[in-house]
Amino acid sequence: MPTSVSTLRQPEPTILMAQTTAVPEKVAEPERKKSIEWVGFFQRFGVFIFLILLILFFTSQNARFLSVRNLFNILTDVSIYGIMAVGMTLVILTAGVDLSVGAILALCAMCGAAVVKGTGDSRSETPDPHAFGGFSWLVALLICIVLGTVVGFIQGKVSTKFRIPPFIVTLGGMTVWRGATLLIGAGSPISGFDPGYTWWGNGAVFGLPVPVLVFFVVAVTGYIALRYTPYGRHVYAVGGNPEAARLSGLRVDRILTSVYAITGLLAGVAGFIQSARLSSAEATGGLGFELTVIASVVIGGTSLSGGLGGIAGTVVGTILIGVLLNGLVIMNVNPYYQQIIIGVIIVLAVGFDTYAKSRRGRR
Amino acid sequence: MSNDSLLKVNQVSKRFPGVVALDKVSLTVLPGEVHALLGENGAGKSTLLKILSGAQYQDAGTIEFNGSALGQELPFERQRMGIVTVYQEFTLMPNLSVAENIFVGREPVKRKFISWPTMLREAKRFTDKLDLRVDPMTPVYALSVAEQQMVEIARALTMNAKLIILDEPTAALSDREVEKLHQIVHDLKAQGIGIIYVTHRLGEVKKICDRLTVLRDGKNAGEANVADTSIDQIVRMMVGRDVEYLPGENRPAGEVIARVEGITRLKRLPGSQAVPLRGMTLDIRKGEILGLAGLVGAGRTEVVRALFGADRFDRGKLYFEGREVTIPSPHEAIKLGMALVPEDRKQQGLFLTHSIRQNLTLPNLANLLVGRFFINGRAETSLIESFRKSLRIRMAHQEIVVGTLSGGNQQKVILARWMALKPKLLIVDEPTRGIDIGAKAEVHQLLRELARNGTAVVVVSSELPEVISLCDRIVTVKEGRITGEMMAREATEEKLMKLMVLAAGEHHAHVGVDVAAT
Repeated sequence: MPTSVSTLRQPEPTILMAQTTAVPEKVAEPERKKSIEWVGFFQRFGVFIFLILLILFFTSQNARFLSVRNLFNILTDVSIYGIMAVGMTLVILTAGVDLSVGAILALCAMCGAAVVKGTGDSRSETPDPHAFGGFSWLVALLICIVLGTVVGFIQGKVSTKFRIPPFIVTLGGMTVWRGATLLIGAGSPISGFDPGYTWWGNGAVFGLPVPVLVFFVVAVTGYIALRYTPYGRHVYAVGGNPEAARLSGLRVDRILTSVYAITGLLAGVAGFIQSARLSSAEATGGLGFELTVIASVVIGGTSLSGGLGGIAGTVVGTILIGVLLNGLVIMNVNPYYQQIIIGVIIVLAVGFDTYAKSRRGRR
Repeated sequence: MSNDSLLKVNQVSKRFPGVVALDKVSLTVLPGEVHALLGENGAGKSTLLKILSGAQYQDAGTIEFNGSALGQELPFERQRMGIVTVYQEFTLMPNLSVAENIFVGREPVKRKFISWPTMLREAKRFTDKLDLRVDPMTPVYALSVAEQQMVEIARALTMNAKLIILDEPTAALSDREVEKLHQIVHDLKAQGIGIIYVTHRLGEVKKICDRLTVLRDGKNAGEANVADTSIDQIVRMMVGRDVEYLPGENRPAGEVIARVEGITRLKRLPGSQAVPLRGMTLDIRKGEILGLAGLVGAGRTEVVRALFGADRFDRGKLYFEGREVTIPSPHEAIKLGMALVPEDRKQQGLFLTHSIRQNLTLPNLANLLVGRFFINGRAETSLIESFRKSLRIRMAHQEIVVGTLSGGNQQKVILARWMALKPKLLIVDEPTRGIDIGAKAEVHQLLRELARNGTAVVVVSSELPEVISLCDRIVTVKEGRITGEMMAREATEEKLMKLMVLAAGEHHAHVGVDVAAT
């Protein structure tokens, strides 16, 4: 653009006018910026600060809370939520929601287990370490990944093709996949996997629990994809302003479908890890998980109206829920109160999100 | 006269940051008079209407209504006093019934509960008066545009309106419906109701209005009895400002890069205000700035959106670089080398909560990769920096949220977004709407520069001086049709305005009168 530089630099009277009009604007800018960044700071780090305070509080109540073992427990407990929350972050960034992740988790785990162990009368209770040449875990994992992706893809496609809100499609999906799981498992769990399989739920690498490692890998991949790839930018754009995204040449429907497929995939992975951890695939597996997962994404600062948020917040939100659950148990809080406390915190987090957005959206 | 006037607007001024929207405007409406309020887009009509309805208040000047001075009443208080506005964009609730819409906020009650029998009976009485044959229980979304307008007018009548303001009431109506509306206006007038009639159709001014007031650039530009005024005189009052623009350059136009042939779409698009297209044909040439002039709702935006794949159409063909092409979505248009800067910057152009960085490079990320997957942050930063310099975008840094920039800077961010792609055809819809004069000159300079370098540029604009000074060739559009074409250096605002406001028939008839007169 070197030529346009030269022409625009010519001192024209009109451009002088522009400079004079720009003066008051410059004066006004710092104030406005300050308040926006202050809110932005809290939107980014507020939950994190809250998490630290919470950890300090629980530690002061019971020193055992901060033990390495307990922290690993917390992380292991939340890793299954966390894996799905990464996918859910993408979905919520596009201003959508996926209520079916718990059901997809159960369906994938059940299908993987059914192939590995057989169904019905042929089902044996004792694990066979030599089945599939010792690679039964790989078979189950592949089934979970492929099935989860396909199921998520179908939901995304139905939603975009027929213009049915994702809330409705995945609400339907939630019961459809749950029913399918019951059918396949004939209502009863499939249990007893070989050590190669259960390692994925209970093993450790250099002392780090495998589920935590998987969560870590998924979260880092998600973080990089959202921040440093065109795909990530597209997800934000579709959530931020779908019409502008379309006019910018993005294929909005494809992007929307893809986030549901990815979420399905991750729900499949979560299903595999959970079945490995419990050495059992159950039709009721993952029941109600979708709400916990959505809560951790929203607590992490991702806006339900789309376009704002990210994986870092989601990881913090997920851990925060784990810390709350664990800390309240350690403190011996009545489980009924636990539910009440968690509910209040979710509402507070979303209330803050709305407040911060209304501050940003001005002008 | 002030004693028997219904409404007397006296020297009213209204300022917005950076703009004087109304400058000592006066307007007098008599009871039982149909008073036309005329002016180009941006002349100040909408602001005046807002002040009358109580949505905004004047900074200076007085308004007298029915003999007493108006203060700062809220819109519903003004309605109770008898000033009712029927807006261009309807304010009905589509899922509620006709009766509920007519009586919303003023439902007839019986012991604190809505009395449905009374409400339905009353609604029927008023719709009958307007010859609107619908069941008052019908939900409004099921009505045609004309019927919805009747519901709005019925609502006004139930409020015992003394002054009804009709804001471009016929813009969306068919000829027959217009006929009916004129009849109703006639009846209202006979009841002694005063009517302010805002329109762009000068034919109907001659037909149904008694007097007229013209606004131009926020000032009074004329007041007259309709009977004593010719359409020519009205047009002159509307556009007759001092010429304040540079003459167009004489660039040789290149070969045709894109052709729109007979684009037609008669059905309404669901959920959109898009007007029908009735066979539009356009040639767009390299190195030329083509202006599409027309009033709001004429079909200018619709035709460029159809070309860009943003809206579908029923019939017609598109050609790009000599080949017939199908453009099912903007994705394909951009691949061919087109770019569109949309009309509504905030709704269709920007991601207001996102950073300048995210906004500026979005369609260009594929060209900014390192390896196969990752965005080259450094290349992206330097691209944005080069546009910041060349377009003089005033921003503290690249992560600033776009929604906090001024209109001119926002527009430059969008222009930069598309210029970075080096398009062969750049379509700019309202390039300078809502931006200050300085930024306006810069945007014009930029578009000229692009054309000089061989880009085909299409400009859609409501501002005639802008079209004449910026463009090389101008095509006028009215009601989904092309009504004329001329080179910019031969064009005057009057010539264009005539092509924009007169229907083909009216135009001929009018020319006939002219000839006869001379």
